Amino acid sequence: MATPDEHNRRLSDRRAIHIAYAQAVPLTYCIDSDLCLHLNGTGHCSRCSDACPADAVDFLMSAQENTIRVGAIIMAPGFSPYNPQGKGSWGYGVLDNVITSPEMERLLSSCGPTSGRLLRPSDNRPVKQLAFIQCIGSRDPHPCGHGYCSSVCCMTAIKEAMIARDNDCELEVTVFYSDMRTHGKGFDRYFQRASDKQIRFTRCRPHGIEPAGKDGALRVRTINEQGRQLEETFDLIVLSVGLEIQEPTIQLASLAGIHLGPEHFASTSSFQPVLSSKKGIYICGAFSGPKNISLSIEQGSAAAAAAASLLMSRRDTKTRKLRLPPAQPPAAAVKTGVFLCHCGNNISETINLETVRKQISVLKSVSHVEEVLFGCSQDTRELIIDLVRSLGLNRIVIAACSPKTHEALFRRTIREAGLNEYLLEMANIRNHDSWVHALDPDAATDKAVDLIKMAVAAVMLKRPVTANTAAVKQTALVVGGGVTGMTAAINLADQGFPVDLVEKTDRLGGNGLNLHRTWNGEHVPPYIKKLQAQVLDHPGITVHFCATVLDAGGHAGNFHTTIRDHKEHRRIITHGAGIIAVGGKRSLPDEYGYGKIPGVVAAVEFDALHIYNDIRVSRGSSFVFIQCVGSRDETHNYCSRVCCTHSVQSAIELKKEDPNRQVYILFREMRTYGLRESLYNRALELGVIFINYEQFGKPKVKSHDEQITVEVWDHILHRPLHIMADMIILASGILPNPDAGRLASLFRVNIDEDGFFQEAHPKLRPVDLPTDGLFVAGLAHAPKPIEESISQALAASARAATLLSQKEICLDAVKAVVDDKHCDGCALCIDVCPYQAITPLETIDADGEQHKLVAVDTMRCTGCGICQGTCPKRAINVVDFTYEQLTAKIEAALN
Amino acid sequence: MRPEHKPKIIAFCCNWCGYAAADLAGIQRIQYPDSLRIIRVMCSGMVHPEMVLHALNKGADGVMIIGCQLGECHYIDGNEKAMARAELIDELLEDFGFENDRFLITRLSSSESEQFARTVGTMHKRVLELGPNPNSNQDNGDTP
Repeated sequence: MATPDEHNRRLSDRRAIHIAYAQAVPLTYCIDSDLCLHLNGTGHCSRCSDACPADAVDFLMSAQENTIRVGAIIMAPGFSPYNPQGKGSWGYGVLDNVITSPEMERLLSSCGPTSGRLLRPSDNRPVKQLAFIQCIGSRDPHPCGHGYCSSVCCMTAIKEAMIARDNDCELEVTVFYSDMRTHGKGFDRYFQRASDKQIRFTRCRPHGIEPAGKDGALRVRTINEQGRQLEETFDLIVLSVGLEIQEPTIQLASLAGIHLGPEHFASTSSFQPVLSSKKGIYICGAFSGPKNISLSIEQGSAAAAAAASLLMSRRDTKTRKLRLPPAQPPAAAVKTGVFLCHCGNNISETINLETVRKQISVLKSVSHVEEVLFGCSQDTRELIIDLVRSLGLNRIVIAACSPKTHEALFRRTIREAGLNEYLLEMANIRNHDSWVHALDPDAATDKAVDLIKMAVAAVMLKRPVTANTAAVKQTALVVGGGVTGMTAAINLADQGFPVDLVEKTDRLGGNGLNLHRTWNGEHVPPYIKKLQAQVLDHPGITVHFCATVLDAGGHAGNFHTTIRDHKEHRRIITHGAGIIAVGGKRSLPDEYGYGKIPGVVAAVEFDALHIYNDIRVSRGSSFVFIQCVGSRDETHNYCSRVCCTHSVQSAIELKKEDPNRQVYILFREMRTYGLRESLYNRALELGVIFINYEQFGKPKVKSHDEQITVEVWDHILHRPLHIMADMIILASGILPNPDAGRLASLFRVNIDEDGFFQEAHPKLRPVDLPTDGLFVAGLAHAPKPIEESISQALAASARAATLLSQKEICLDAVKAVVDDKHCDGCALCIDVCPYQAITPLETIDADGEQHKLVAVDTMRCTGCGICQGTCPKRAINVVDFTYEQLTAKIEAALN
Repeated sequence: MRPEHKPKIIAFCCNWCGYAAADLAGIQRIQYPDSLRIIRVMCSGMVHPEMVLHALNKGADGVMIIGCQLGECHYIDGNEKAMARAELIDELLEDFGFENDRFLITRLSSSESEQFARTVGTMHKRVLELGPNPNSNQDNGDTP
């Protein structure tokens, strides 16, 4: 039975019994009960259960109700893409070649319905002219759309455009947009790369799509920047659809009794961004507002940290520990046991295991071969344990499936038998053989013999390896006492881990001390006061004021950092984990007459003047905000993320105080992303005038007889506009901490091109630094508003707690080992090691002779073996993958 | 080309991408030539250039290194280091009289099972066209 495949956005079909998608966990088949003839009662089919050798198909299974008692709930229901069908004049669902951005994602995927080729759905012809239309269902106050910005669609469109161009350099790509909201870390550079790749970005919002002729082409009417109406045709148009919360999630929220905001996003406070309106229920991801992958991952960790601190008293009360017999040292003679798994008939149907058994039995080191129906079943595992003990087997080869899924299980099995778990090798005769050569059983059988011979040859050479453990000092160091540092310190201390907090100045608060209000109007100063008091009163937190980090060393679980405090005392702090929250710095404008013309002020200064009702503000009648001052220029090639929202917020205040005031915002892209868009809409309603300028047509500020004039090119009138202003407010950006470079080299981590700390992975490990046990959060990572800094602080705290909650950490034994006899200290491995785990070493032998060597720091080594691939002396080898073992496999395969 | 020639290709697959793509090809029952003998390595950067030469000396008809896509390396940039080494391997093979086409380094992500099978197919065709490695089934010379 076939039905449209939801994962491929209904662009292809799937069966009733199917794997949801290639990366599904668990990677097993499931039955669609609505479609299955047996389950939906329309037929008597039971072909799948007849065919399944493991009897894994159970038609009698039904939904069960379980009650689970928990102390906290984390809700991460995510979002749904906006469905443009029947809404607006986009023709979606009527015109075949109008698709949505999630559908485009599948078309571009090499595992998608077209294997990654960009073909028009109407006739499968290659696409030549492609267009994206942004803000479908977003920034659209009409009843069928949403007023908010979905925040991620600009980047999604650029990414999809880039992939499409990479696959076909002849493809013409146009993106129609209103504001290019690439406000994330490194996103502006990505946008620039897209422009360099000849992707055309047109600031225009088309009103609809109509068919152009009968061959599937599409017509769009647009207005160019000179104000002229144009007609363009395209083969394929992608609607960049927004994110929305749909009915099932709304119902879930109402069941949980938590409050949702006007657009059905969960309400949160900026100060507790992952806490719902109900104590003990935490929320993360797009449920509380549109956000991208990295922000969602941060919030996932943050919610875990918040829940962990609530449940602190119950930690480890449900943990069970495995008891194992001591591992026996293996006898001198190698006795290999080979287990041939039938995997039901997945393997035995194709491969003649009888032939295999005969050919393997004669190998010199093999003392026993056993065929088993399911190698991973409990009874087979017990059989393996029995045979290891009774026959004295000391090397085990499992010829079955993939070590990626089953190696851990078999390691545990032989360890339970008292054998060192590393004396194991798997031959993947299922995924790499019987399944992929099903039509040629003879060839598959020959290949299986080869694969097992390879495993036997390699396992012979294996020696017992003991994984090292390292004690964990269950304390943390937090560098930086701003909002981020304080939040992380409080959470860790609440979780029971003592914290040393190092603050450069004599006061806690950092850049937060300059803030008055969050974007949703919450007051910052009382919150900072509360944080300061919590930190100072917390018995688990030691604050070091006026302190600097002088030196750093050690590794995850045991770092030692030298600081100098206000009394000029040097002290060494030992700690298991470290969080870098050194913040950033506000940039001081050097343009628009700042510092020379009295009425020209930076945003932070304006806030202070505004709050104290300075006469220049209270009597002013014309205000001009200039955006992107010290951001998105040649020297600071990034967006500071907070300034658009901040200026719009100030403009609203000014207008609310006196509607007769003239308030202008001169902007490049208005980036009131996510739910902040409501502020932009409010400002428009109140009559704030927004004028767009380009990087190479900046406004000019002149002052004459105490009268300030701003000249800016007006895109609608196509002539320069002169604005008389009482005050000019410069939305100055955020700079990295000037000390970041020095700190990064002390902690052996990196800073990015702009001077912010570089995380281990921009999407998947957003708060991890490349050195295990060190984390980054807040402005030290990139410019961001307060609630995102708090989320990151909690995320870093959660990540640190996963390490600190263990008394000792077991290190993987798969690490590089230096052969002292052959190493001549040439240091080539040092250069290529991505983790700086190798250092030069000099030793003096018994004869007083000096030797140059290298040493591997097993805490830093990840066992990648790039050193092994480089060493001209073959003197550095990764356990389980040694040069000798790999060559043994090669030779066994070819003999 | 002798009709009975059944080529053997040694493929070093990185644990995270190449090997995972091969596993997935199995799950999806994508059929590809049986000449492939996969050796799992943690990173494509783990493969020593001499290992490639050794395989050819021992009679492999082709050698492949399959690592992650650029930017997706589990070890920051091991795949780029492997790519950088590929030039050296080409020179090494030329010095020892092996055709360049007997060696292929490529990049895949773990979900690209079809691409994996296609690449194996291409390599298989390439070695069939080249004919058997003169060293196959006999132990001619050793690796320095």
